[in-house]
Amino acid sequence: MDKLIFTVIAAVILLVIALLHVAYLTYAERKIIARMQQRLGPNRVGPRGLLQPIADMLKLLTKEDIVPYGVDKPIFYIAPLISLVCAGTGVALIPLWEKFVLSNINVGLLFILALSSLSAYGVILSGWASNSRYAFLGGLRASAQVISYEIAMSLALLSVVLMAGSLNLIDIVKAQISSPYKIYLIPQIIAFFVFIISAIAECNRVPFDLPEAETELVAGYFVEYSAMRFSIFYLAEYFGMVVMSALAVTCFLGGWVGPFEVPYIPFFWFLIKLYFILFVYIWVRATLPRYRYDQLMGLGWKVLIPIGIVNLFLTAFLKLIV
Amino acid sequence: MEELLNELKEKFSSVVIEVQEKDYPTLICKRNGFVDFIKYLKEEKGFKYLIDLCGVDYLNYPKKNFEERFKVVYHLYNLDTKVLLRLKVRIPEEDCWHHSVTPLWRTADFFERECYDMFGIKFKGHPNLKRVLMPDDWEGHPLRKDYPLYLEEEQEWETYKKIAQKYKR
Amino acid sequence: MATYLEINKKQVNGEKWEEPFYLNMGPQHPSTHGVLRLFLELEGETIVNCTPIIGYLHRGVEKLGENLNYNQAIVLSDRLDYIASAANNTAFALAFEKLMNLEVPRRAKLLRTIACEMARICNHLLWLATHALDIGAMTVFLYCFRDREWLLNIYEKICGARLTHTYVRVGGVRQDFTQEIIDDLYKFTEEFPSRIYDYETLIDVNRIWLKRTKGIAVVPPEDAINLGLTGPCLRGSGVYYDVRKFRPYDAYGEVNFVVPTGKNGDTYDRYRVRMEELRQSNFIIRQCLDKLPETEGEPVLAENAPDLLMPEKIKKPEPKPVPKKGVIFRGADVPVVPPGEAFAAIESPKGELSVYVVSDGSNKPWRLRVRTPSFVHISAIPYMAKNHMIADLVAIIGTLDIVLGDSDR
Repeated sequence: MDKLIFTVIAAVILLVIALLHVAYLTYAERKIIARMQQRLGPNRVGPRGLLQPIADMLKLLTKEDIVPYGVDKPIFYIAPLISLVCAGTGVALIPLWEKFVLSNINVGLLFILALSSLSAYGVILSGWASNSRYAFLGGLRASAQVISYEIAMSLALLSVVLMAGSLNLIDIVKAQISSPYKIYLIPQIIAFFVFIISAIAECNRVPFDLPEAETELVAGYFVEYSAMRFSIFYLAEYFGMVVMSALAVTCFLGGWVGPFEVPYIPFFWFLIKLYFILFVYIWVRATLPRYRYDQLMGLGWKVLIPIGIVNLFLTAFLKLIV
Repeated sequence: MEELLNELKEKFSSVVIEVQEKDYPTLICKRNGFVDFIKYLKEEKGFKYLIDLCGVDYLNYPKKNFEERFKVVYHLYNLDTKVLLRLKVRIPEEDCWHHSVTPLWRTADFFERECYDMFGIKFKGHPNLKRVLMPDDWEGHPLRKDYPLYLEEEQEWETYKKIAQKYKR
Repeated sequence: MATYLEINKKQVNGEKWEEPFYLNMGPQHPSTHGVLRLFLELEGETIVNCTPIIGYLHRGVEKLGENLNYNQAIVLSDRLDYIASAANNTAFALAFEKLMNLEVPRRAKLLRTIACEMARICNHLLWLATHALDIGAMTVFLYCFRDREWLLNIYEKICGARLTHTYVRVGGVRQDFTQEIIDDLYKFTEEFPSRIYDYETLIDVNRIWLKRTKGIAVVPPEDAINLGLTGPCLRGSGVYYDVRKFRPYDAYGEVNFVVPTGKNGDTYDRYRVRMEELRQSNFIIRQCLDKLPETEGEPVLAENAPDLLMPEKIKKPEPKPVPKKGVIFRGADVPVVPPGEAFAAIESPKGELSVYVVSDGSNKPWRLRVRTPSFVHISAIPYMAKNHMIADLVAIIGTLDIVLGDSDR
């Protein structure tokens, strides 16, 4: 019983922290991109616009929820929730600290991968249910994209699993520290880049934001959504970013461990690394144009997957020899 | 320049009615045989670039020295010799059609559609002669001189009237 | 057309569905640059057929022009291509001057040339901004707007307006440059080349940009002429044609500049041509500025130019009865213009903008015909978009550089 209460409290704390991170990630994104584009960014609500995410959220919550004519209602309602749940649940599996992980299961990595594939359903179903041609095309693009990049991502993570010898995320971090390289970024640099690129694609971010390509498909799969449901999609996207970045930190950058111990702040190194990867996401968004659909598939199938396979075989080979 | 005009006048004496020297050399042509003439200009004389095609309504034009109401004006350009040529074809009101040059120039497609839209001159041989700027169910041809600048209330566009009726409070 | 639910029902019932996938792109769409509507027939994401539908911004400029006098018609021209209105003003003014046999003073010609080239830079910056945004590069958009703002501020100093400045008038320009403007322009021309370099470093070496633009919408030179493409779109296909060189107007005869041409006729070449034109325009402005002191003190308006204000010697006509509905066009009477016709073309930033005006001897044009580049370029979209993807269609609309105010008139 005590354990249950503890878990619930931990879950609430984790949820609040994660939601705050997601909310302020939008703020950080707007501020950083604004700085890169020589403008100010949000600066009206609160000091330096710090309350902007909260204002946005309130606005989206109080807006009218429009359900267009002819949509497939049950699916239309449920699709954003699928997206959010699948993107958000991953947070529970990430070890923020050696002693703080909500759900320490042995197949943690596999579970996160499964969740991220499932989140594609939210996109596809919303595209189908919206009864709009733009949303339909967005959903089609999303399904193709998620399926092909899933493979590259799994291959990259498999190399890590091979080196660590476990699917448990805590074990992976511990294996990293006890290895001569301290972090897997050094031996698995190729896998790291494959992972980061496919993670960007998985989260539908620029330059792979084809399902929602603003200038082509208006807003892609969520073109018909408004108010709360729209904000849920929005949340899901940023949750996805946070989870993918956290996964990268855990699998490649040594998790919570840093060069020296910072007293009283156990998550310090984890968060620093997380923020760095999130910054990369935002940086990429400010710099790169968007790929075309067929070029994206070409990149996935002709470049990333072969590289991932070769890397996997090399890792396995070295593992056998050493 | 002179040679070209003389040659054209000789060779197409049945088409070219008159040669005028204005800001650019102007050839007044007949409707019959016009396509052959302009094809010759394009393919033999190098006037490959059709700058413009437009209609002009000469209803009640002061000091008019011809009978027909409309003119279709072509501006052709030769990119090699840098010669600009203006062709004019007179179109009578009762028999309001002209030959299309869309098979020769793809760019004439929209020009002719616009000319039809604005003046009601039909272009024979055009693959898709529909209105281009005005709505499909518009009545009248706005650039004709007898078309008023402001429409009376009862003359207004039917669709607009319907919408206005629908949302009237 | 049926909804997906209907399709679904049919499929559940085992019926075959054979209607192609239609997509109605526009008139409200982020990347159709206004109110262009494209009706697409798709096969997957590939475009099988594409029908442009225009006219949503039709204001009847030609009809209005027939009911306004010559000076007032210039104001209409601002509203055509509102991004480069100085160029439109010049086209109208040139045609009217030809009709009235006006000789424009040299200083006015130089000032006009500067205004036109500023318009070209403004237009190309906006084009680069939106084109890059369409393809997905967001940062270039704001960089370009920053520099365009600079030019618009100079325009504001010149004539008080930022977008629709009726700076060019029949017979010259409205007023002379002050020393401040000339200094500003010198500063601009000094710094602008480095800014162009900035944009190029952002996108020109970017693999994704190259992939998205190279080999897209290739137009061979013969087809480009046949389609009536002009301006950078024609030159991108490798055809050397520029009205500024072929039929020089204003001060273009006395300045040096190179007309850049492409080779392959694809989107990338058109992009290169426009980037090069930015440099050349900058160069032309610099030369004109250097020539300005030679004409110090000259008038900027021809002596017999039609006056905007009512001259006292002309008797004021009796006020006509006010029509039941509508506006009466008040304004000064232009001296009566000899009957005849005139054709003037300029190289507007988007392509060849030509004005054909017929006069009947009164103070209003009998017929005012404007051939706008965007109108022709839109008619080329079906040819260019065939067998490309939707993402390419966006790039094609961007590369043609269309403005719907220009095409619909």
